[in-house]
Amino acid sequence: MGLESSKWAIIFLVCWLYKNVSCNSVEQKIYVELNNTVPCVRLLNATHQIGCQSSISGDTGVIHVLESEADLEWPLSKGPNPPYMVLLESSLFTRSIMMKMKNESNRVAGVAVVVPNTSPPEFSPHTTCPNENTGVYSDNYGPNLAHCNTTVWNPLGNGLSYEEFDFPVFSLKEDNETEFIKQCYLDHNRAVNGSAPQYPLCAMQLFSHMHAVTNTPTCMRRNDINFSINPEMVCDPLGDYNVWGSIRPYNDTVLGHKENESVVIAAARLDSRAFFWEVSTGAEGSISGFVTLLAAAQALREVTHKAPPTRNILFAFFQGETFDYIGSSRMVYDMENGKFVIDLDNVHSILEIGQVAVHSGTNLFLHSDPVSRSNDTVNDEVENFVKNLQSSTAGLSFLLVEPNVSQPLPPSSLQRFLRAQPIPGIVLADHESAFNNRYYESFYDNAANLNLTYPSDLSPEEQLEFVTETAKSLTDVATVVARALYKQAGGDDSQVNTIKADPKIVTQMLYGFLVSSNNSWFQAVMAPELKNILKPSPPEYYVGVVMSSTPTRLVQYLLANLTGAATNLTQSQCQKPDELPNESRQMYSYLWVQGIVPPNSTQRDSFCVRASVRLTKAVSPAFELGEYASKDYSTWTESRWKFIKARIFLVASRDLEMLTLGVGVAVLFTSLLVTYFISTKADVLFSSTREPASAAY
Amino acid sequence: MTAAVFFGCAFIAFGPAFSLFIFTIAKDPLRVIILIAGAFFWLVSLLLSSLVWFIATKATNAQDLTLQKNLLIFGSIFSVILQEVFRFAYYRLLRKANEGLAAISEEDGPALSVREMAYVAGLGFGIMSGAFSMINTLSDSLGPGTVGMFGDSQYYFITSALMTLALTLLHTFWGVVFFEGCERKRWWVIAVVLCLHLMVFSLSLLNPFYVGSILPVYAIMLLMAVWAFFSSGGSLHNITLLWTCRKSNTETSS
Repeated sequence: MGLESSKWAIIFLVCWLYKNVSCNSVEQKIYVELNNTVPCVRLLNATHQIGCQSSISGDTGVIHVLESEADLEWPLSKGPNPPYMVLLESSLFTRSIMMKMKNESNRVAGVAVVVPNTSPPEFSPHTTCPNENTGVYSDNYGPNLAHCNTTVWNPLGNGLSYEEFDFPVFSLKEDNETEFIKQCYLDHNRAVNGSAPQYPLCAMQLFSHMHAVTNTPTCMRRNDINFSINPEMVCDPLGDYNVWGSIRPYNDTVLGHKENESVVIAAARLDSRAFFWEVSTGAEGSISGFVTLLAAAQALREVTHKAPPTRNILFAFFQGETFDYIGSSRMVYDMENGKFVIDLDNVHSILEIGQVAVHSGTNLFLHSDPVSRSNDTVNDEVENFVKNLQSSTAGLSFLLVEPNVSQPLPPSSLQRFLRAQPIPGIVLADHESAFNNRYYESFYDNAANLNLTYPSDLSPEEQLEFVTETAKSLTDVATVVARALYKQAGGDDSQVNTIKADPKIVTQMLYGFLVSSNNSWFQAVMAPELKNILKPSPPEYYVGVVMSSTPTRLVQYLLANLTGAATNLTQSQCQKPDELPNESRQMYSYLWVQGIVPPNSTQRDSFCVRASVRLTKAVSPAFELGEYASKDYSTWTESRWKFIKARIFLVASRDLEMLTLGVGVAVLFTSLLVTYFISTKADVLFSSTREPASAAY
Repeated sequence: MTAAVFFGCAFIAFGPAFSLFIFTIAKDPLRVIILIAGAFFWLVSLLLSSLVWFIATKATNAQDLTLQKNLLIFGSIFSVILQEVFRFAYYRLLRKANEGLAAISEEDGPALSVREMAYVAGLGFGIMSGAFSMINTLSDSLGPGTVGMFGDSQYYFITSALMTLALTLLHTFWGVVFFEGCERKRWWVIAVVLCLHLMVFSLSLLNPFYVGSILPVYAIMLLMAVWAFFSSGGSLHNITLLWTCRKSNTETSS
C-alpha cells in the first residue's frame, strides 16, 4: 500500500513538473519571431503561376531598408553582403521597383512591405483590364471592344498581383515589431561613410514555400498521384458557395426549365482580393454592391407580400468573381445543363449592382452591352429597363444616366450570362468609363475609401446604430434598385412609392462588414454554431479554398433574416420541418438563429427563420468537367504550403565560422594524437601498477 | 550559426572526451559499464538538485529577476555539493562492487584497479556534464542566426564549447584525485576538490567577461592535470624515462 501511494505521488509530481516547465533557451537569445506578417502566396491558372515562392528552408537575407528608388543599387549591385532582404515603405511598393528586383533576384532574398494605416493617393495591384479573357468580349463578339480597346477600366492598375516572383514577399504592419526591425537595421547594417558594414549583420528569414508549380493542369495531375494511402495534395481549386434567394420560393428538387416562368435576376458580387493572401476588404469594389442589394431585398419584402409582382425576382450573390467569374460561370453552366431551379430561357432581364460608392449628388451610370443591343428586341427591353430605373429616382438627389459613348460592359457577372444567351441586362455603377475606385482589388479599399467615419466618442454599440452619410447614400441607391426591380417584375405602379430601404439596416451592415463583424446585430442573425466566425475585425473577402467562408455565411443569414419570415417552430422542428403539415424543406430553408438578448435577461430569444434562400456550389465548371486547361472557364487554384513564418536574427561573418571549424578540427586531431601517444606509453608513464594502466592527460 | 559552427563547437567540446573514450575505454566492456554508471550518477545528482531549484523558483515571484538570479546561484552551489556527494557515493559503490567484479572477471584478482575506476568514473561524470552543458547550445547553433540581438557577445558558441571542454577534463581529473584521496583516507582532498569545483562555478558567473572566466578555468585545469598525473603514479622520473626511451629508440634506429 505504501509503495502504491508513493508511486502515485511520483507520477503526480512528474505530471505537474511537465506542465509547468518553461524554457529560457539559447533560441530566445538568437531569434525574434515576427507574428503580424501576411505572406503573398502562389496561385495558378491554366497557363501560368503568379505570386511568390520561397525556398523550402526559408530565404535569409541581410536587411536593407530602402530609402528611394535610387537606393536600389545597394542591394542590386553595390552592396557587399548579398543576398539582401529589402524592406519597403508602401510608397516605394511600385511596379518599377518590384520588376527591378525581380530581374536581379539572385541578389534579393525577399521583400517586406510595411503597410501603413493611412492609404497612399492611389494603388491598385490588379491588371488594367480585369478578367479580360473570360468576359463576353472576344474576337467573335465585339472584337473592337475586347481587351479594353475602347475603355481601360482600371487605368491605375500596375498588375503586380499577376506577376510571378521567385522570392517571398511579406507584409508588415506599422507597429512595434517593424520599429524593432528598423532599429536593428540602424544599429548593425548601416554603411558608415561608404565602407562596408561590419559583421554581425541584422538579417531576416522568410518561410513561404509553396508546393504547386507551373500551372493548374500540372498541379491537379500531381494531386492525383496515389503513391500512399494519404496522397499529398499540392493545390486546391478556388471556390465557395453562391447565395441566392427569391421572392416566390422554388422547389429545390425540380430543376431545369420552368414553363411560363419569367424571372428578373438582381446580382452582386461578394469577393475581392489583394496582393497579399486573404487581406482584402473590397469596400468600394464589392461591399457597396452587395450591401445595396441586401437592403433592396429587404425593402421589397413587404410590398411583394401585399401586391406580388407578375415575374419572380431572384437575388444572386456570386463568389469568386475576381478570379475569372467563378460563381457566375458556374450558375450559367448549371442553368445551361438543367442543374438549377430555372433555365436561361426563364431569365427575363438582369440588373447587376457594381461599384456604387456614391457621394450625395453625384450621378450613377447604367452600363449595357452594345453588341446585344444591336438586336431590336433586346434593345427594346433594355430601354424599357432603363426607363424603369430612371423613373425610380424621383424625389432623390441623384440621377441614373447612360454613358455617352458606346462602350462595352465593365467587368461584371452579366458578361457570363451574355456569353450564353443575349439577355437584356444593365450594370449599375458609379463610374462613367474608367473606375473611380483608386484602390481596386488592393488592401487599401477599406472603410476609409468609402468615407465611412464615425464621431470619435461613440462606443462600438453606438457606432453600430449611428447612421453615417455613406449609409444614407447607399440607402437611396437601394431604394432606387428596389423600385426598379418591382417595376421590371411587373408590380403594381401604385405601390412603388411605398418601397423604401431602411437606412438603419444599411448602416448596421456597413459597420458589420467594414469595421467589426462581432457586433450584436450580426450575432442576433447568425446561427449559434457559427457565432465563432464573427471577429472584432472586418471579415476577409478573399474567396479562398475553404468552402463557406465568413462573407458567404453572413450574406446567407442576412438575406434569410431580411427576406424571410420568423416562425414559431422549436429548434428540433426547425431541423426537421417536413414533419409539420405546412412546412416543406424543398420549398424553403429553415435556419435556427440566435436572436437578440432581451433587456432583462441573459438568454437569447432564438427562433427559426423560414426563407427561400439557398446556397449553390461556386466552383468553376472546369473542375467539374476535368478540363484544367480550359480557356472558357476559370481555372484558378491556390497552392498548398506547410508553414509560413518570419523571423529576424544576427548573422556572423564567414571568417568567424571558419575559424570555429578550424579550431574544432585542430582540437580533435590534437586530442586524438596525444591520447594515442599517452595510451601507448602508459606503462612507462604510470609505473606503480601491475595491470595495464589507465591514461590520464 | 551554421553547420561549420556546429561541427567546430562539437569538436571543441567533445573532441578530447571522444578520443579518450576511443583509445582507452571502448576496448574494455567493464570500463564502459563503469563509465555509463558514472554518467548516470551525475545525472541523478543533477536531477535532485534541479528539483530543489525548481521548487524554489515556483514558490517565489517569477518577476523578481535579482531573486531568480540568486536562486539560480544557490541552486548551482547546491548542485556542486550534491555532485561531489554522489561522486563519494559512487566511490563507495565501486569499492563494494570490486569483490563482485573480481568474481566475474576472467583474470585472477581484481579486474580493475581503483586508479582505473577513478579515471573512468571521472570521465563518465565529465562526459555527461559536458553533454548537458552543450547539447542545447549546439542544436541552436545549427540555424542561420548567431547570438547577439539582445546585446550578448557573438563569441557565445565558441566560449561555451571551450568551457565544456575544460569542464569535462576537470571532472576526469577530479575523479582521479578524489578516489585516490578516499583510498588513502586523506579527507582534505575531498574538501579541496569541492572548493575547486565551487571556484570554477563562480568563475563561470563572470561570463560574458570571457577573459576573466576562461583563462583562470584553464589554469585550474592545468594544475589539476599535474596533480592527477602525480596522484595516479606518474613522476618526473617517468617523464624523463619516456624522453630518453624515445631518444634511445631513435638512436638505435638511426
